[in-house]
Amino acid sequence: MTTPAKIPATSCRDAPILKERGQREVFCGLTGIIWLHRKMQDAFFLVIGSRTCAHLLQSAAGVMIFAEPRFGTAILEESDLAGMADAHEELDREVARLLSRRPDIKQLFLVGSCPSEVIKLDLARAAERLTQVHAPHVRVLNYSGSGIETTFTQGEDACLASMVPVLPATEARELLLVGALPDVVEDQAVSLLTQMGIGPIRVLPAPRTSQTPGVGPNTVFACLQPFLGDTAAALTRRGARMIPAPFPFGEEGTTLWLRAIADEFGVDDATFERVTEAPRARARTAIANASKALHGKTIFFMPDSQLEIPLARFLTRECGMEAIEIGQPYIHKALVAPDLDLIPTGPVISEGQDVDKQLDRVRAARPDLTVCGLGLANPLEAEGLTTKWAIELVFTPVHFYEQAGDLAGLFSRPIRRRALLKLEAAE
Amino acid sequence: MKLTVWTYEGPPHVGAMRVATAMKGLHYVLHAPQGDTYADLLFTMIERRNHRPPVSYTTFEGRDLGEDTAGIFKKTCQDAYDRFKPQAIIVGASCTAELIQDDPGGLAETMQIPVPVIPLELPSYQRKENFGSDETFYQIVRALAGPVARTPEVTVNILGPIALGFRHRDDIEEIKGLLYEMGIGVNVVAPFDATPEDITRLGAAHANVVMYPEHAETAARHLEKTFGQPFTKTVPIGVGATHDFVAEVALLCGVEPRTDLSRLRQPWWSRSVDSTYLTGKRVFVFGDATHVIAAARIARDEMGFEVVGLGCYNREFARPIRALAKAFGVSALVTDDYLEVEKAIEDAAPEMILGTQMERHIGKRLGIPCAVISAPVHVQDFPARYSPQMGWEGANVIFDTWIHPLVMGLEEHLLAMFREDFEFHDEAGPSHHGGHAPKPVEGGQPPAAAQPPRSFSAKMNEGAVAGSAQSHEQTGSDVMVWLSDAERELKKIPFFVRGKARRNTEIYATERGLSEISVDTLYEAKAHYAR
Repeated sequence: MTTPAKIPATSCRDAPILKERGQREVFCGLTGIIWLHRKMQDAFFLVIGSRTCAHLLQSAAGVMIFAEPRFGTAILEESDLAGMADAHEELDREVARLLSRRPDIKQLFLVGSCPSEVIKLDLARAAERLTQVHAPHVRVLNYSGSGIETTFTQGEDACLASMVPVLPATEARELLLVGALPDVVEDQAVSLLTQMGIGPIRVLPAPRTSQTPGVGPNTVFACLQPFLGDTAAALTRRGARMIPAPFPFGEEGTTLWLRAIADEFGVDDATFERVTEAPRARARTAIANASKALHGKTIFFMPDSQLEIPLARFLTRECGMEAIEIGQPYIHKALVAPDLDLIPTGPVISEGQDVDKQLDRVRAARPDLTVCGLGLANPLEAEGLTTKWAIELVFTPVHFYEQAGDLAGLFSRPIRRRALLKLEAAE
Repeated sequence: MKLTVWTYEGPPHVGAMRVATAMKGLHYVLHAPQGDTYADLLFTMIERRNHRPPVSYTTFEGRDLGEDTAGIFKKTCQDAYDRFKPQAIIVGASCTAELIQDDPGGLAETMQIPVPVIPLELPSYQRKENFGSDETFYQIVRALAGPVARTPEVTVNILGPIALGFRHRDDIEEIKGLLYEMGIGVNVVAPFDATPEDITRLGAAHANVVMYPEHAETAARHLEKTFGQPFTKTVPIGVGATHDFVAEVALLCGVEPRTDLSRLRQPWWSRSVDSTYLTGKRVFVFGDATHVIAAARIARDEMGFEVVGLGCYNREFARPIRALAKAFGVSALVTDDYLEVEKAIEDAAPEMILGTQMERHIGKRLGIPCAVISAPVHVQDFPARYSPQMGWEGANVIFDTWIHPLVMGLEEHLLAMFREDFEFHDEAGPSHHGGHAPKPVEGGQPPAAAQPPRSFSAKMNEGAVAGSAQSHEQTGSDVMVWLSDAERELKKIPFFVRGKARRNTEIYATERGLSEISVDTLYEAKAHYAR
């Protein structure tokens, strides 16, 4: 490694975790459809759920995406709840109608919801049956995005994991990048790795079904997001091997992530240096500019996107912030351990949520910046606390070198804005 | 099972949240899984509320299902009482909790909670948001409002304004002003800013003003039956409706119908010659029933528009909407299917839409200007400025709001005169809207009309039409051939009337059994339909 990361003497890896249960102020896994349906261009997401599910999808997007929605909700009605055979027939009918209207759809996801799970509607069986009906043109898969099983970004994990068992088998030595990132960011990652001579590189999810990657004993994979635990496990079951690394946020995170892959593929230091030198320097400059307002400031993460631990690592180590509490909906140690290793002990690491108790801690600590969901942001601002909406971190390109400055900017903007506004009388 | 892409209304528990969030000192304990908390952001983001909705969610998980979800409910209920000390609590279930049948009302009853606990039964798989708000307010009133002495002076309650309503905040002020001018006092405004303690005093008023029947009609009927309080049936949106409202209130309360018209500018703005261009503009009206009924009357009687289609998404009000449509000589569209509404608007080819945020998007897609008249709402529908819909100022506001999306009178003529000017052409849109930069045009020709995107919804519509009996409306260009001269001539007609011209010409040709449309057909049809 060209510049060994400074590993703190005592890190958060073994810090005790505060586990909480109670009211959770987070989205359910259905929300992932908002970005997944843009990423997979020949896929349709059909939620089998209630009016609440449809309303969530519409509201969570913040803006309604009226152009070409490749998702919809089959709303369960009173009659569907009466008998199971009925619901399956109804579903077959709705799917047939949908597919005849959308001949461009090659992949259909039946997405389970809280009500479909409570009434034990067997969507796996439905997907199998419908695959037979609509093969070879359309493949039907199923996963759960329900709130009783998944939180927010976990929906993407469930979706990708559902695709793994049907990936074609391959013996090829390939690198698989796992996670749905904006195209511009994905292209940057592929370009950096290709310049080091690493390849072939495949991506899950593929933008089109025809580009579906294979998987096998010679596949190595790297996760792009810290919430893909089930997908990683499913790939491992198919014989693939994970390359553990901190996640590619910031200059340091990106370098360590690339370095881990480069080591796997035997890339020498000189090549690594040549490829990464210029973008690293750019990233450092951009972070230095964007993080001025962050130095010495405290930050509190409410559990939301599952990106909290890697982002805390970036903000504390590269932007000079001090973390008070780092909350995640759930902590998947196998994935985030390399990031926890780099965070010195100090902050409270919490898992789960009892929102009122956590808000008591926020009010007691009065952090300079609180990262939270949209339901909490304005109420906290009204109490004089500066906030950053977590959902923006999932919708904005923030990974890798060229976005490192933007990522710091997302956190500094609310602080700069508070300093900018003069809304009182001049004295 | 019904495939839905976009919804006009959320589930009924969101209606209950709108009542709870509007009130003070009330708490809602909602048996619901993780994820249902998304509804909080409707209030904190869209309405910019500076506090969390007063709702505690039980947040049960999959692993709790075989175990003690009832215990989780009771703990949440107790914690909510201990922490927030509300004057009253409403309890209920969201769609998922309804299925596990824990009976939140029954559970709460067994607890020693020292304030009134009001159970809500909101069937999630049958009813929707507006039912939820109406039913919740009714249950609160039924549980809390008891017999009290009438106020010595004449007072009324103002009922119906809730959270996330379309301009409810400002409408309250207009109503208070109208009542003040008649010397009528306000006993309680509810649910907006009312406490459970205020609700107990409802019986002291002499009558009730129902601002929005969607949210308060059942409560008003209950109060009429229980305390003999009559309630108003006129919703004072528009000049005529506000006059009617003043007369109705005066009659109910036995006072003189006094009102101060000095602030009302709408009638002169509408009569003044600049507004001549509004005459006969074809509008399509869609939204909640209350706002549609008001908007249709304003459109026809106070703006001089022609209403070419109208409808509502809340089926509870299908009957008055059908009656209204009959009176306007159009057929009523009662549906909550966004795609059906889009199809109806496309077919009617109006020059303007008066609708919700959903129709605003339809308008954007079809290139038709739209003014918003009703919920469901968007962050833009909560302006910082005072912007009521009701009363005299509401009439002024509506005039301004509705003409804003339109191309103004003289500009309309100029567009027709210089139809091939490369900068000043109809595709550029109204010149007072910054967003429409003139598109570059090659060879001095006006650009081709923007094709309405053949999107998912259009395909779905085609599917739907193909599936049903193909008896009517085969007037599309699929069966009619436009000769190229006629097609070119049609493109010279400004975009805001082009749809109407195309449609009229095709109807004219069909009626005469023509299969081809020439320039002559176009102008014959124009003469035929000339007013």
